[in-house]
Amino acid sequence: MPKVGTTLSLRDHLGTVRARVGIARNQYKINPGLYCVGNVAAASPVLVTANYKLSFDALRRELAGIDAWILVADTRGINVWCAAGKGTFCAGEIALQVQRAGLEKIVSHRELILPQFGATGVASRELNKLCGFKGIFGPLRAEDIPRFLDNGKKADEPMRTVTFSLGERLILVPVEIALIWKPFALVLLTLFVLSGIGPDVFSVQASLARGANAAWATVLAILAGAFATPALLPWIPGRQFWLKGVLTGALAGLAYVYGGMDSAGTIEKFGLWFWIVAAASYMAMNFTGATPYTSLSGVEKEMRRGLPVQCVGAAAALVLWIAAPFIS
Amino acid sequence: MKDFRYIDGAAILKLDQEACIGCGMCATVCPHRIFAVQDKKAAIVDYNACMECGACARNCPVEAIYVNPDDGCGCAALIINSWLSKIRGKPVTGCGC
Repeated sequence: MPKVGTTLSLRDHLGTVRARVGIARNQYKINPGLYCVGNVAAASPVLVTANYKLSFDALRRELAGIDAWILVADTRGINVWCAAGKGTFCAGEIALQVQRAGLEKIVSHRELILPQFGATGVASRELNKLCGFKGIFGPLRAEDIPRFLDNGKKADEPMRTVTFSLGERLILVPVEIALIWKPFALVLLTLFVLSGIGPDVFSVQASLARGANAAWATVLAILAGAFATPALLPWIPGRQFWLKGVLTGALAGLAYVYGGMDSAGTIEKFGLWFWIVAAASYMAMNFTGATPYTSLSGVEKEMRRGLPVQCVGAAAALVLWIAAPFIS
Repeated sequence: MKDFRYIDGAAILKLDQEACIGCGMCATVCPHRIFAVQDKKAAIVDYNACMECGACARNCPVEAIYVNPDDGCGCAALIINSWLSKIRGKPVTGCGC
């Protein structure tokens, strides 16, 4: 049985960084099965987790000085909460890993400590029927496991309550930005083509000069929607994310058209402002998928309001941007 | 989580107190602490904090809780895809997260 350490190596840290910026994130997994930390014995507790390497590392790094078994379920490299939502982190899969490892011959007790986030997918009462082990829900966060074990396997309210601190929000930003490089490249190409259209049919000079203005506006919109909005989330007024994005986008857009670009005319400035607002609003709205407090019903509700506004904003930007060289 | 509030009245969450046996599993597993067991029955004490994760419904032994069963982490890209799939009459496929 593989024994693993509780300190992460340079390679583990690099792997974490790669996953956090979205490089081969869907392949960052370990083999499912039974592992251990410390000097395990038959009476040592069994902690269950997912086979996303980031989840596994987040768990073991908190187990310094603890002797425990770690049972890794096959969630196809997805973290506990998302896998529970998708149904891959479930009682059937955990029971399968219990049987494959022959856990009943290895430990003297019949108890599995499940991450509370797994409750979305695991009905603990089903575990008993399927494999003879009783599932109890540990804390939400791995960092609370030592305290949970010391407390006689009792979780207090803070251990059971989800948080969304500045650090927890900022760590999600790189992947949000990395995941949109394809549409971003497509948008840039379109912007450079559109920017060249004018009274001379097509001007390479205008394409580069105006295109650069539009490209920087797009970068700013992404920063406003996917970085500033998550970072400042609790302090931006409003509850709907598309509205928060409109606010950050409107301010960023004002700063850009009045501070950053002297070469553009008034119509172009209006166009870029609309574009920044629409794109920032969309990026902010997309961040709902990464938060631990937005309901699917709520997101659908706000999208039915936000998406039309974003489309109108983008259409206005398009019309102004194409019309500008003909009018001025 | 009292410092983050989302749209009030949006979540689909129903508790059948008649069926409830007061085991308290919902109160244990909810990451937003919206249930409390009072007089041997579960009660929803903070409905608007519900994010529809479904942990309570999954762990209720008597199926007294109903939560929006639609799958999805709620990112806009996935929802747009699922809307498009519904319009085209194709099965809804998941996102990459």
